[in-house]
Amino acid sequence: MEHLELFFKSIFVDNMVFAYFLGMCSYLAVSKKVSTAVGLGAAVIFVLTVTVPLNWLLDQYILQEGALKWLGPEYAEYDLSFLSFILFIATIATMVQLVEIVVEKFSPSLYNSLGIFLPLIAVNCAILGGSLFMQSRDIETFGLALNYGFSSGIGWFLAILAIAAIREKIRYSNVPAPLRGLGITFIITGLMAIGFMSFGGMLTGGSEEKPALDGNPDNLGIQVEENIESTETPEVSTLLTKE
Amino acid sequence: MGLLSKKDSKLILDPLADNNPITIQVLGICSALAITAQLKPSIVMAISVLFVMGVGNVVISLMRNIIPSKIRIIVQLIVVATLVIIVDQVLKAFAYELSKELSVFIGLIITNCIIMGRFEAFALGNGPWRSFLDGIGNAAGYGVILVIVGFFRELLGSGTLFGFPVLGNPVTKTGLYGIGYENNGFMVLPPMALIVVGIIIWVQRSRNKELIEEN
Repeated sequence: MEHLELFFKSIFVDNMVFAYFLGMCSYLAVSKKVSTAVGLGAAVIFVLTVTVPLNWLLDQYILQEGALKWLGPEYAEYDLSFLSFILFIATIATMVQLVEIVVEKFSPSLYNSLGIFLPLIAVNCAILGGSLFMQSRDIETFGLALNYGFSSGIGWFLAILAIAAIREKIRYSNVPAPLRGLGITFIITGLMAIGFMSFGGMLTGGSEEKPALDGNPDNLGIQVEENIESTETPEVSTLLTKE
Repeated sequence: MGLLSKKDSKLILDPLADNNPITIQVLGICSALAITAQLKPSIVMAISVLFVMGVGNVVISLMRNIIPSKIRIIVQLIVVATLVIIVDQVLKAFAYELSKELSVFIGLIITNCIIMGRFEAFALGNGPWRSFLDGIGNAAGYGVILVIVGFFRELLGSGTLFGFPVLGNPVTKTGLYGIGYENNGFMVLPPMALIVVGIIIWVQRSRNKELIEEN
């Protein structure tokens, strides 16, 4: 049940692109054609599934406060969490290279279809963002971390697939000249993000309040957005009732 | 600018308008959108990126002849990560509330495409001084957009600037609220950042027709 909830939450409610704007650069740059978008999306799912659990292990056994206990009692007080950025990004960069070598060796056809996207992924914010969110939300078990990586990857895949399909179609419409290309893509993504906000009610059963998952660290999320939701929802709802 | 030659000042001024990293080069969008609900985090973010870009570009430019090209991405990432750790620790020490608010987005400066993009495109092929100017220019171009978006979202969304109410008090109905003005709660929600940037692009491209894309 816990797994199922995390799975759907990561895909729809906490969608990497629409809720947190992670991986926007490649999302905007590579979404001109559906076929390339699928290639990049698959690569992102793959790399997220590998790196999030790996970084979870790093976090649990090296970086967290007291994580070095297994070395002996005298190490119990060390807190290396300030090193997380550098260790996470090093893991991601090396894993991407490793994955590239392994895939090239054992599955040349997959390698050809992923093509140049694999090396690009090392600098995709969605990948590092996945690991940083995993850390800030205190995901508890290895299985959940694996699940989180995989499902956020799927969320990203869905987003890029959708925008690529829309951009292929929008070529036939008469967009105002200054908005062509980048501008209209931004606005469409904004509208899609508003649509995705409606999934927020999925786990609460549609009630306006935040899910009462006491002690569930998933609620910590991003502070900025939490504040906004708590202060602004009443206003929006009063606006609606006025109409 | 007596200090800078014409070519050098172009390096700084170009990214501010016609070669803006966000609206033209499409770099560094992730963080630009996520933290602009208010003006203060936007400015802190802009300053952090300015520091990382300026110093990082110089470091990479100094090392450009000794980095083997095969592992250059990892080297660049390590340089940025080190600088970002410095920023993060400084923020935690002197502005703890703000660093909580920015949460993972300070860490995500590492993968901010502006930084990697400028390293690859400029610092690897130019001397330290020019790289420094290029870094400062691009970070400033990024900062300008951040501040514009943050300004409008905070003003229209909550009627404040830097947390100070500038449009009157919505509870006691003073100022603009006295004549029936309401805050647009929608502006502080994340999706509106995308739409505001979209509008900025629209305005910029209507003013400068050369920037219009084919489709």
